[in-house]
Amino acid sequence: MKNINFKSRMNIDLLIYLAIIVVSAVILVFLDMNKFEYNYSISIIEKSLVYAVVALSMNIVTGFTGLFSLGQAGFMALGAYTTAILTIPAAARPNVYYMNGILPALENAVVPIPIALILGGVVAAAFALIIGIPVLKLKSDYLAIATLGFSEIIRAVIASPMMDKITNGSYGLKSIPGFKSSLECFAFSLVCIILMILIINSSTGRDFKAVREDEIAARSVGINIFKTKQLSFIVSSFFTGVGGGLLAMFMRSIDSKTFQITLTYDILLIVVLGGIGSITGSIVGAFFVTAGKEILRFFDEPLVVAGVEIPLFKPGFRMVIFSILLMVVVLFFRKGLLGGKELSINGLKKFSRKKDEVSVGGVA
Amino acid sequence: MFNVIATISEVASTKATFGFSVIVQHALTGISVGGCYALIAIGYTLVYGILRLINFAHGDIFMVAGYFMIFSFAVMPFPLAIIVTLVATTVLGILIEKFAYSPLRNAPRMSVMISAIGVSYLLQNLATYLFTALPKAYPAIPGLKQVIKIGNISTSLVTILTPIITILLVMLLLWLVNKTKIGMAMRAVSRDYEAASLMGIKLNKTISFTFAIGSVLAAVGSILYFTDRMTVFPYSGSLPGLKCFVAAVFGGIGSIPGALVGGFFIGICETIIKAAGLSTFSDAFTFIVLIVMLLIRPTGLFGEKNIDKV
Repeated sequence: MKNINFKSRMNIDLLIYLAIIVVSAVILVFLDMNKFEYNYSISIIEKSLVYAVVALSMNIVTGFTGLFSLGQAGFMALGAYTTAILTIPAAARPNVYYMNGILPALENAVVPIPIALILGGVVAAAFALIIGIPVLKLKSDYLAIATLGFSEIIRAVIASPMMDKITNGSYGLKSIPGFKSSLECFAFSLVCIILMILIINSSTGRDFKAVREDEIAARSVGINIFKTKQLSFIVSSFFTGVGGGLLAMFMRSIDSKTFQITLTYDILLIVVLGGIGSITGSIVGAFFVTAGKEILRFFDEPLVVAGVEIPLFKPGFRMVIFSILLMVVVLFFRKGLLGGKELSINGLKKFSRKKDEVSVGGVA
Repeated sequence: MFNVIATISEVASTKATFGFSVIVQHALTGISVGGCYALIAIGYTLVYGILRLINFAHGDIFMVAGYFMIFSFAVMPFPLAIIVTLVATTVLGILIEKFAYSPLRNAPRMSVMISAIGVSYLLQNLATYLFTALPKAYPAIPGLKQVIKIGNISTSLVTILTPIITILLVMLLLWLVNKTKIGMAMRAVSRDYEAASLMGIKLNKTISFTFAIGSVLAAVGSILYFTDRMTVFPYSGSLPGLKCFVAAVFGGIGSIPGALVGGFFIGICETIIKAAGLSTFSDAFTFIVLIVMLLIRPTGLFGEKNIDKV
């Protein structure tokens, strides 16, 4: 126990993570090969992956920096629209913009998908930079409502008639190229998640946590509070934007109504259930909530047992269950399913062995 | 942003040929909507003053009050239905506080806020589940929709009645807060939580009372608002709720006259923007007001200086 040093522990963890990735990839290849049979599972997995990216990016700003931002839907909209506008095949464009025509400059502006996703992230990050200057001076609930406000403003601008030639106004965009295979979705999400984990575990990530724990103490050790908050907000928005782009690719058609406040709440649900400030929590939470919503779909259909219709089962029941679950977690497991902790083999071992040694405190 | 403002003024100038009666008509609508907003905004302002919490569920309490009215109206005469609606909404407000907020009294503010969002999420989903997502027709209270004609201007009774009721209720509330014992307790708790409880003020009772007042006013606002709109659906409370919070911030959080002024301001501006043909921006405008206000004067028009919020 004590003679296993820190580094070799990290290596063991790393190997295990690699193994998980390889196994998941193999499973996905298998599912892809039998696409018709597992179409439904594939779509659940893809959606979970996209939500994992967005939830983790929300966790960077909310969980690791302690800034309660509710602007997720707006940044996702920016990323999704940028990605969509840059990837819809040129041939399909007249069909998409059939009502108002398209801006001549955009007629043939098609870029490869990875570049479009990055650009989506960059647009979201650029907005975060501008928005952050006034908004990040606010504290807790004011920050929440101001970011929420910005997300609504972004949505209104996207849907406005003045943007018709770019965003197709209230008609939305369709014919967005989807994922060629679930492996593609997996690869994009994995890259995002790994980058975010590296950032969280870097010295920058430690700055974020320092600001979260105690602003005055952080300032006294030379951390520039405002710059750190800004950086966290920008990084988070970048990945939210990329996540939005992935969502656009997953849905293949988007409109401004996709990005309402409820979308932010859905992501918040994942972050809270998984545990605010837990990387693995967000990822597991994304799969748990997304798959849960699909699996519980039978709650929404009338259930007839022995000729008697059970009255509880009708549309909307599963969302009620999820809201109650959220309330239960908020009230009784205030730190979420995983709290600030991470799922890891060491953690599990330690958990079973009880606390008989000074905890190493994860990788960070 | 400047582009948008330029277009707004452009559109406004092209439509400047409004007749006098049209302007009065829009002004009346604006004041009426503003009155409803003011009643809801007071709920936010009172709760924020005491708990330092944005009660995200307040807009949904307002929505549920709409459903209470629909169902009670169907089975009983309207004066009774109004009373039942007011009482049921009050009980709902108190219950929400008891179950969702009071266990978190000593928790970090973020937890309480998430709990508030959770309640809002729950109420919306519960309403969708129980009453379906389709809009339900709001009952017409006899007399309220009666058309009144003054010269060229025709309007309904509810439009004129709303600001009057609003102002009367605000006066009553100001009397309650400033002159009665429970009002004094509310002021003490909002000034200093701990000191107030050390002085023998019952914290939980005062907080419940605050929620009760907020909910009653939301219910009155809901009756006036939905009589004008005629339909209720599960999400019809979320946006008005946020707007009213902005109204409360605009007027200065914690200040009752502030909420009144803020409500009227947001309502009138929104109507003007809609009349100018820019209804896509009417919601965004509210949030622009919020952000500008937070930057220029974070304490709002009538807010106290020394509250640590920004």
